[in-house]
Amino acid sequence: MVFQVIWFILWGVLWSVYFMLDGFVLGEGLLHYVLGKTDGERRVLINTIGPVWDGNEVWLLTAGGATFAAFPTTYALMFSYLYTALLLLLFALIIRGVSYEFRGKVENEGWKKGWDAAIFVGNFVPALLFGVAFGNIFAGLPMDAAGYHGSLLALLNPYGLLTGVLFVLLFAVHGSLYAAVKTRGDLSARAAGVAAKLWPVLLVVAVAFLAYTKFATHLYDNYLSSPVLLIIPVLAVAALLGIRLFAARGELLGAFAASCLTILLVVATGVAGLFPNLIPSSLDPAYSLTIFNSSSSAYTLKIMTVVAFIFVPIVIAYKIWVYRVFRAPVTVEEVLGDRQAY
Amino acid sequence: MDVLALSRLQFAVTCMFHFIFVPLTLGLSILTAFMETRYVMTDDETYLKMAKFWGKLFLINFALGVVTGITMEFQFGMNWAEYSKYVGDIFGAPLAIEATMAFFMESVFIGLWIFGWNKVSKKVHALSIWLAAIATNLSALWILLANGWMQHPTGYVLRNGRAEMTDFLAVATNPYGLLKFGHQLMSGYTVGAFFVMGVSAWHLLRKNRPDFFKRSFRIGAVFGLVSVILSAVLGDLHAVEVAKTQPTKFAAMESIWDTKKGVGLNLLLIPDPVKECNTVEQLCIPNAVSMLAFHTPDAEIKGLKEFPRELRPPVLPTFLSFRAMVGLGTFFILAALLGIFFSLRGTLETNRLFLWGMVLTIPLPYIANQLGWVVAEVGRQPWLVYGIMKTSDGVSKSLELGQVVFSLIGFTLLYGALGVIDIYLLAKYARKGPDDDLSAIIKPVRQEA
Ligand code: HDD
Ligand code: HEM
Ligand code: HEM
Repeated sequence: MVFQVIWFILWGVLWSVYFMLDGFVLGEGLLHYVLGKTDGERRVLINTIGPVWDGNEVWLLTAGGATFAAFPTTYALMFSYLYTALLLLLFALIIRGVSYEFRGKVENEGWKKGWDAAIFVGNFVPALLFGVAFGNIFAGLPMDAAGYHGSLLALLNPYGLLTGVLFVLLFAVHGSLYAAVKTRGDLSARAAGVAAKLWPVLLVVAVAFLAYTKFATHLYDNYLSSPVLLIIPVLAVAALLGIRLFAARGELLGAFAASCLTILLVVATGVAGLFPNLIPSSLDPAYSLTIFNSSSSAYTLKIMTVVAFIFVPIVIAYKIWVYRVFRAPVTVEEVLGDRQAY
Repeated sequence: MDVLALSRLQFAVTCMFHFIFVPLTLGLSILTAFMETRYVMTDDETYLKMAKFWGKLFLINFALGVVTGITMEFQFGMNWAEYSKYVGDIFGAPLAIEATMAFFMESVFIGLWIFGWNKVSKKVHALSIWLAAIATNLSALWILLANGWMQHPTGYVLRNGRAEMTDFLAVATNPYGLLKFGHQLMSGYTVGAFFVMGVSAWHLLRKNRPDFFKRSFRIGAVFGLVSVILSAVLGDLHAVEVAKTQPTKFAAMESIWDTKKGVGLNLLLIPDPVKECNTVEQLCIPNAVSMLAFHTPDAEIKGLKEFPRELRPPVLPTFLSFRAMVGLGTFFILAALLGIFFSLRGTLETNRLFLWGMVLTIPLPYIANQLGWVVAEVGRQPWLVYGIMKTSDGVSKSLELGQVVFSLIGFTLLYGALGVIDIYLLAKYARKGPDDDLSAIIKPVRQEA
């Protein structure tokens, strides 16, 4: 009982941290053409995320692995029901991963253009699909005793698509702020400008999402029964406004920190609304997958808790250290002078 | 073909493809770390150039290892949902531990290694490739413990309609998994060593940078000899474990049909699965199989006929793969010995035939690795978890044929294209040879923008 709740919280934390960290990689990548106008600028952009993107992606693997270990039934049904959507996500992530490594390896226009396209697709598609997937999970999947009654097209319902657009915009703002902080000169200014232009759009979509959520999901039930939870969405909105405040004062690092918080809190808002469901059934609540009916045994959860409490802090410690080693902005000169760079 | 057959084919294709890159990562990361450590200790710039040259090839290979690994993590849920539900209580834990313990460490410190040449001190930089290499080995440990559990389940009880873990320590110290780990590590190191020897041989044939490549070759030869001998020793111990825990696999590996005492090893043997006998049995080494399996000359070996047909694995692929793997292992020991011999006598460059042989040998350790997995996985059939769950019961129920056809075609095309590009890049950079300009590393150009 206690361990199931602990793992629900950890599950939410893993997904939020994943979206916060990979969010700026996805965002920068889906704006690859908008931010990077020349080959030099594109290389700078790739090198801003070069040392960290793989480490960020591992949060996804850990979130997946933790779902498997703690809630095997949810892992099994979520991944098999959303088969084709996940497959497309997987293909996009595969293309993205190799594109960073391979783009700079051959001096040829066509080669680079091809990998530029791969960077765009490989980041845009996951950003959108993660949103669509989570929108549908919030709303519930059509499942009952006979199994799953959905399809790939059914996932592209208005609420799913709206959540997809929300994710894309969140990541786009996040990624352009990251680019603004991590580069200098024209590139940095352009990135900050893109973030400023996208922000009002994000605000409108976020409000629409909050409103639509009332009709499309049962997420607000938990907030009605325990109003103290409302602190999460309220802080999320505050963080969203904070992005604007910092950005307007030219404090890019502050704006980036605010967008980190925004993503964490937006995901937390959804996850807190789900509790104790992991995937609600849209047909009959009796068939919802909850932390109680889909979890591992108490023994396994206990072992996994010990592992998580030992290793996650170590991981966080060395990740912070490595981010500090690479805190300086990346410049064109540096990238062109360094044969190890991407 | 139905969903089950296609899912099996897809799992085999994606797993074997992932496993093209994994062994080289295991071996080359250690070799690169060793070279960089020599540089830090001796200040000899040749070692630095070595670390950079072999490290670059390591990274090109690594990229594909990473992206194909993501597929593996997703696939258990996507295609094997019934399996994941049934054994997730036990099987999920090692996978989650692998991600938290190994994948983070690996990815973070590889990032530091690639981009950190002039951001951290020489020692910290060398440490980062060691940490990445260690993490790679740790990742192999946990995934092989997971696979080891499927081969020989321990520390569990069947309860609440599924397998539940009762003893984590028994899962984490499963002898089957640990032997697999040891055997696999050494096989991976073997791939790395023969890769270094083969590429070095290619350059030596062209009289390109003889000093650099003679030294690289020697490092590869010594590392290779040790690894391949240990691989054979651990493989033998592994076979003992197989004989004990999976009698059907063992009988198929040796193609033994009738239960007998004091079974000999026929060097020449052709099985006939239809007639359930061997059509050719020649050049018998008396009692060898009994010795191999139980370390006693007259030990009794159960033959395949002892088991109902539907519980036997496909004999031909298991038998042939096992033979070929062991044969290749023997050949590698000879090749590494010769390499060390010529290296020490200083006659490496004049033995052009040998050098050509080493170039052509590059793919063989890869093939031995793949064959090993065919033995392990095909030989386990029809079981998915030996003795507990059949492969046919593990497949996802919600899948439609079209979905799996689509995904299998997608994987084949995508992986095919990536494989071609990766080989092209590896060949391009392997042929280019080491880079002498170390200015970006040793004296960083730091102009302000
Ligand atoms: C953690 C578990 C695990 C690990 C580490 C591996 N496998 Fe495996 N393998 C399975 C878990 C599994 C499985 C889920 O149990 C499969 C899927 C269908 C089946 O029959 O067993 C399987 C089947 C399977 C088959 C098809 C056998 C058949 O259906 O007759 C092949 C050829 C391989 N695997 C090859 C590999 C290779 C090359 C691996 C190296 C990475 C590998 N396996 C590692
Ligand atoms: C079938 C089960 C397997 C799964 C689920 C799996 C999962 C993964 C994943 C998710 C990655 C990417 C990690 C990253 O992003 O940094 C990866 C890479 C890796 N895996 Fe696997 N893997 C499997 C089989 C194996 C086996 C059998 C081994 C070794 C014996 C292995 C060793 C490695 C190594 C060394 C890497 C590092 C990247 C590289 O290969 O170059 N994996 N694996
Ligand atoms: C020369 C003596 C060798 C012996 C006696 C031997 C024995 C074995 C056995 C019995 C298995 C099956 C284990 C199972 O069912 O799970 C196996 C698997 C395997 N072998 Fe070998 N092997 C030898 C050499 C090699 C070499 C040289 C390589 C590659 C360089 C290699 C690579 C593998 C791999 C990758 C596997 C699959 C992983 C595993 O199941 O351990 N083996 N080996």
